[in-house]
Amino acid sequence: MTRDWLQSALEAAGIQSARLLPLWRFMWIVSIVVFVLVVAAALWAVARHRRDAAPPPSERGMTRAILGATALTIATLFAFLVLDFSTGRAITRVPHNPLVIRLTGHQWWWEVEYDDSIPQRHLRTANEIHVPVGRPVLFQLESGDVIHSFWVPSLAGKKDQIPGKENSVWFQADTAGIYRGQCAEFCGYQHAKMALLVIAVPPDSFSKWYDSQLQPAAPPADSIAARGQSVFVSSACVMCHTIEGTQAGSNVGPPLTHIASRRTIAAGTLENTRGNLAGWIVDPQRIKPGANMPPNGLSSADLNALLTYLEGLR
Amino acid sequence: MTDVAAPPRLAAERIGSAAPAPDVAELERTWHERGGFWGWLTTVDHKSVAKRYIITAFGFFLLGGILAAAMRLQLSRPENTVLGPDRYNQFFSTHGTTMMFLFAVPVMYSLGLYLVPLMVGTRNVAYPRLNSYGYYTYLVGGLFLWVSLVLNTGPDTGWFSYVPLAGPEYSPGKRVDVWGQAVTFTEIAALVAAVEIIATAFKMRAPGLSLHRLPLFVWAQIVTAFMIIFAMPWVAVASQLLPLERLVGTHFFNPAEGGDALLWQHLFWFFGHPEVYIIFIPALGIVSQVVTTFSRRQIVAYPAMVLALVATGVLAFGLWVHHMFATGLPQMGMSFFTAASALIAVPTGIQFFCWIATLWSGRPRLEVPLLFILGFVVVFMIGGLSGVMVASVPWDLQVHDTFFVVAHLHYVLLGGGVFPLFAGFYYWFPKFTGRMLSPALGRLNFWLFFIGVNLTFFPMHELGIDGMPRRVYTYLAATGWGGLNLLASIGATIIALSVITFLANVAWSLREGDVAGPNPWEADTLEWGTASPPPPYNFAELPVVEGRGGLWSRSEARPVVTGLRSDLREVLVTTVLDAVPDHLHFQPSPSVWPLLAALATGVLFISGIFTPWGFVVGAALVTLALVGWAWPRGKELEDQRRQEQRA
Repeated sequence: MTRDWLQSALEAAGIQSARLLPLWRFMWIVSIVVFVLVVAAALWAVARHRRDAAPPPSERGMTRAILGATALTIATLFAFLVLDFSTGRAITRVPHNPLVIRLTGHQWWWEVEYDDSIPQRHLRTANEIHVPVGRPVLFQLESGDVIHSFWVPSLAGKKDQIPGKENSVWFQADTAGIYRGQCAEFCGYQHAKMALLVIAVPPDSFSKWYDSQLQPAAPPADSIAARGQSVFVSSACVMCHTIEGTQAGSNVGPPLTHIASRRTIAAGTLENTRGNLAGWIVDPQRIKPGANMPPNGLSSADLNALLTYLEGLR
Repeated sequence: MTDVAAPPRLAAERIGSAAPAPDVAELERTWHERGGFWGWLTTVDHKSVAKRYIITAFGFFLLGGILAAAMRLQLSRPENTVLGPDRYNQFFSTHGTTMMFLFAVPVMYSLGLYLVPLMVGTRNVAYPRLNSYGYYTYLVGGLFLWVSLVLNTGPDTGWFSYVPLAGPEYSPGKRVDVWGQAVTFTEIAALVAAVEIIATAFKMRAPGLSLHRLPLFVWAQIVTAFMIIFAMPWVAVASQLLPLERLVGTHFFNPAEGGDALLWQHLFWFFGHPEVYIIFIPALGIVSQVVTTFSRRQIVAYPAMVLALVATGVLAFGLWVHHMFATGLPQMGMSFFTAASALIAVPTGIQFFCWIATLWSGRPRLEVPLLFILGFVVVFMIGGLSGVMVASVPWDLQVHDTFFVVAHLHYVLLGGGVFPLFAGFYYWFPKFTGRMLSPALGRLNFWLFFIGVNLTFFPMHELGIDGMPRRVYTYLAATGWGGLNLLASIGATIIALSVITFLANVAWSLREGDVAGPNPWEADTLEWGTASPPPPYNFAELPVVEGRGGLWSRSEARPVVTGLRSDLREVLVTTVLDAVPDHLHFQPSPSVWPLLAALATGVLFISGIFTPWGFVVGAALVTLALVGWAWPRGKELEDQRRQEQRA
């Protein structure tokens, strides 16, 4: 995989993470100043008396110096608190007219659901979140099992997904691009390989993408793909995955209706290529040990057909 | 020797240098600890128990360090396969559990168990057998954790064991139960140590050593002991509720049945945050002693120092929610914890200013202990400043549970714990062993450690900001995190070299080091007023303290307590505030019952996770052991009778 994404709290691509930059600069500069002053004072205190044996400073003078330094500390911390509280308030303010997405964390993938007042326009996908540039997106965070945490550094701070608790977080992508995030709460074996991509595109591209994702899966284009489809619905795949427009309708694993349109597989772990997909289907435990997908002993003809079918699911 | 009616023996506290010298040979016989294996098992001498504690804790430090090295090896390049997720998760969980519960907290209070009786001028801790029981409980718990790890049953849900991941549904098997019970053992040991330190420091001080004259190390230990007493019950509750959830099927943390997953986090962090200060505050005490000795003057603004220690101890209980900023608690409530987290920088700042003023106005000698204190200043400052940063809710929401926090906590715990610990070890090693550690190796030890710590942990700040979460067993090459991780791994090897240098120094100095004499650093506090290492009875004659200074300000007369019996294990009990002699107390002799009671406790906790009958059998065994412990024995009865007769 080549890096074509941003994933840094300081490479802000949206208002929510950009709000942090003044606070960060303040903390960073004050920290350097405080560090240099205190360390220099300590080193100088040890070094100077090894040279001169002048009479020590008066206790009163030192008490004053300590009081002064303490007052300065309190004043600095107060300035920090003011800046921190105002930043915090700005970040928690609820946005106007957001796009609402329900994001559910699973061991170890993300289920993404776009709510719409028209039930037919309700969209369910996985691991890649397309959002329109310039519009706030409100995430309703849920968990299907243990605690996960949703975090896309370039867009916003994290928020935990806790079973039995309703959490939400919002961000707005102000520039088009790809923003990567990883689960930020330890969630078991494959916590390390539970990533997602946020793909921010202009609003009209977003509408196009949305409409195409609402379509049922493309029918098999040729006989090999048709064989692939029948492999899918007659093997273990069908126990967990959905492909709209076929009999496969299980919600245990990520929906695969438009799997070929995604950039990555296995929750942001592998580039979505034919070879990677083959390796993942045959032996997921080699790539993500402990993942809930079992190995699939398919014949090479079946595997090839299945791959051809899945590659057609754009 | 004794002559007076009730309160019989108090009048015997004749004070003055003219009193007859004590019968040292008889003292030696009375306080003698049997040699050999049996003597080793039964000793109740606070110095033997504390030395064991320190050595055991250091052993766990090495083991935890080996796990850290393995993890750094795994993370040194992307998509590495040295450790798989299963092993990695066990390693980081056991690393954290070991370093917090088996190394940092015990090593700090065991320094107190060694030094507090000496610093307050008494012969032993208040409850010597209980002290021995505490050590054995800790040892059983530590061995249980590590044997389990070797048997591939090490905990794998972190040192925090968040539910529901650690609950019955997502962590079947015994791994989390091992974690819970190993923690329970260390809680008992810590509570025992806290009781020892409070009772010893409050009631067994030398006459004249009133509270406002106490060395800051003893103050730090008192504050810590009270924190243990208020913090440990919370994790004790938590570490019992979790096995109940897992073994009995309760639903305290199960939202589907009306429980609450966040309840666990509140319980754990209400203990877990004070825990950090339970490590840090004794370290502050070490810093104060070392700064005092090597500045060759009393600490500046002593009352402010004491108040700062107490304030830190109190404020530490108001910070726990800053571990939970990302859980979606109300903004208003979190602001309170931000303010409290920023506020706790003030007492720490005051102590820094007082130390600098002390060094400034003293005539500092840059010996190895002071060198480590300067290392502490640099490293802890970085950790403290990043600590104020993560107190900010918006900033913490970015860096929480990332390598930024890994950097922060290691700067705080290595800077605020291990650097002072090394300083203290170089400082008190002559007292423990009678020999000096080599200063040349000490300087090498320091510089390797200083460079290694910064090289390992500083790059992690940037990794966290760049999106690398904690507790990941690997990362994709495309993330670009490989370079900084490699740098951190190189730093870890330098830390390892430093620790090897330290071990070599100890091994060499035990045989070849310069003989220390009673007070090699010309220090002030009372532990330096007796031989190095101290005899089993600590002081032939208990000192009487006349001013704030101990040895520095003793008058020519060097007053001592006389009239204590040398044919019985007798100690002087004084009043809490002013240390006026109050009464005499008779201490128990060596016994094997504390060991048996600890083993019975081990049966109770360990077998309990396999079968409910384990609790029944274990409880019966503990009861038997306690009965045996408390059973009056002939010699003791006779001793007591003799004491009463003579009184």
